[in-house]
Amino acid sequence: MKPTARTILHINKRTLFYLFIYGAALATLAPFIWMVLTSLKDLNEIFVYPPRWLPKTFHFENYARAFQAAPFGRYYLNSLVVAVAVTIGQLITCSMAAFAFARLRFRGRDALFLLFLGTMMIPGQVTMIPTFMVLHWIGWIDSYKALIVPGLASAFGTFLLRQFFMTIPRELEEAAYIDGCSKWRALWHIILPLSRPALATLAIFTFMGVFNDFMWALIVLSSEEMRTVQLGLAIFRDRYLTEWDLMMAGSVTATLPILVVFFFAQKYFIKGITLSGLKE
Amino acid sequence: MTVTRRTKTASNRLQGRDGLHALLFLSPTLVIFTTFVIFPVFFSFYLSFHQWNMFSSQTSFVGLANYSRMLRDPEFWTVVKNTLVYTLGTVPLNMAISLLVAFMLNQKVFGKKFLRTAFFAPVIISPVAAAVIWRWMYDPNFGLVNYMLSFAGIRGPNWLNESHSAMFALILMAVWKTMGTNMVLFSAGLQGIPETYYEAAEIDGAGAWTKFWRITVPLLSPTTFFIMVMSLISSFQAFDVVYVLTSGGPLGSTKVLVFYLYEHAFKFFEMGYASAIAYFLFITLIILTLLQIKFMKSRV
Repeated sequence: MKPTARTILHINKRTLFYLFIYGAALATLAPFIWMVLTSLKDLNEIFVYPPRWLPKTFHFENYARAFQAAPFGRYYLNSLVVAVAVTIGQLITCSMAAFAFARLRFRGRDALFLLFLGTMMIPGQVTMIPTFMVLHWIGWIDSYKALIVPGLASAFGTFLLRQFFMTIPRELEEAAYIDGCSKWRALWHIILPLSRPALATLAIFTFMGVFNDFMWALIVLSSEEMRTVQLGLAIFRDRYLTEWDLMMAGSVTATLPILVVFFFAQKYFIKGITLSGLKE
Repeated sequence: MTVTRRTKTASNRLQGRDGLHALLFLSPTLVIFTTFVIFPVFFSFYLSFHQWNMFSSQTSFVGLANYSRMLRDPEFWTVVKNTLVYTLGTVPLNMAISLLVAFMLNQKVFGKKFLRTAFFAPVIISPVAAAVIWRWMYDPNFGLVNYMLSFAGIRGPNWLNESHSAMFALILMAVWKTMGTNMVLFSAGLQGIPETYYEAAEIDGAGAWTKFWRITVPLLSPTTFFIMVMSLISSFQAFDVVYVLTSGGPLGSTKVLVFYLYEHAFKFFEMGYASAIAYFLFITLIILTLLQIKFMKSRV
């Protein structure tokens, strides 16, 4: 039966609501689905009109071919090394700094904290050129160090953890201090175990930010074996302009780890965003 | 009683040692920040009054020449215009859609978790991968976008290769990519509105539409304003998606401010000029932030 205007009017509001919201969700996901399906097609199937959603046979070998056309394995390794190093580094430096701001009493603490917050407003583009030059002078351009070291501290991370530390009751540590516990141990054995949610949020945001970073990698890297996944993919795109099968396989590869992390740690993403209001 | 006294003495005893401890705990962060934030902020300010190609050992003082060159460069104004078009295209559209979605999800919905994940997914993937997917979707002959348009009887343009459609294509993709963040922020704001207001309005016979305009919109305005400023700031800094989707083309029609800065710094190595552009961006963003603070004060 063909739906007429009258039957459409009679569909209740709730159904329309669900049609709309699920339709919108599907439209948002369509590029992902399209990417995965295209990555499994034969090139002849890609260039057809009208476009066909499903491949006739699944060409998983596209992935192997993409990994041969460019050293994606190496790109992956580079990205992981950098992202893991920065994440671990930030967890350490930020929790130390946050502890100082939340728990220690010293002169100029509040002014210094304000200065810290102020630096969050400085756009990366302002510090980019001198940072590049500093790395150039030390001879770190085109190395892991150029990607890792400038990211080893974070005002956002310090702020996030400091706010969390403030909610932990002081009595817990003060009892420990009486028993002769040092500040360092208090941070490690009392504060940090209680701060797991905040640490997870920071870790995920940092990891995601570094793994997805493109501009800084573009600026400081020059040799092929140093390339991160994002830079590798961008250069791959320039070189294999029409080989969409390989390019989509590369894109899936560059997207997958983040999607996996996101799937398992969704609530921390949401928390981090609402806490900070910062974008990626 | 004894507990309080003991606590007090304990914290008194520790007070004296805190300065040294603070230095120790802050030192890694301070070293990194001094080298890669504080020094660069001042040095790029210094550079913006100098001419330097980075490879020569000498810089020469040129006064305001970099800034006046910027204001006289017709390309600079094109780039500013493009940035504004991009901003005005993405921010309102983004906010409207993300508010709508957040509003719809702020009730009992079957499969809410799935829906939220779906709307948020584009945020987390890399801009590079996203741009690669969209380049294919925008393909004039085989792309999904023109195929969908053909159902409506529209013959889509060669999206990324025509200067009048490339910016539109960029905006559409950017909205898709960033909408999820604002959706989450709006959701948090919406959850902060007490249910009782809606219930009271229902008793007075208010419909969904009235409730939205009379309760949701006014009570959400601090969140809305915050999101607006954050979105403005990030759209002024757009680079990755532009680089990969259009490389600023065709004919410079999607070249935005940061792309222009990047070219001058790392293609032409005009570090002084690029620093002047960076400071122009910085000052623009400071003005935006100050406006936000002023607005928030007058509101709250």
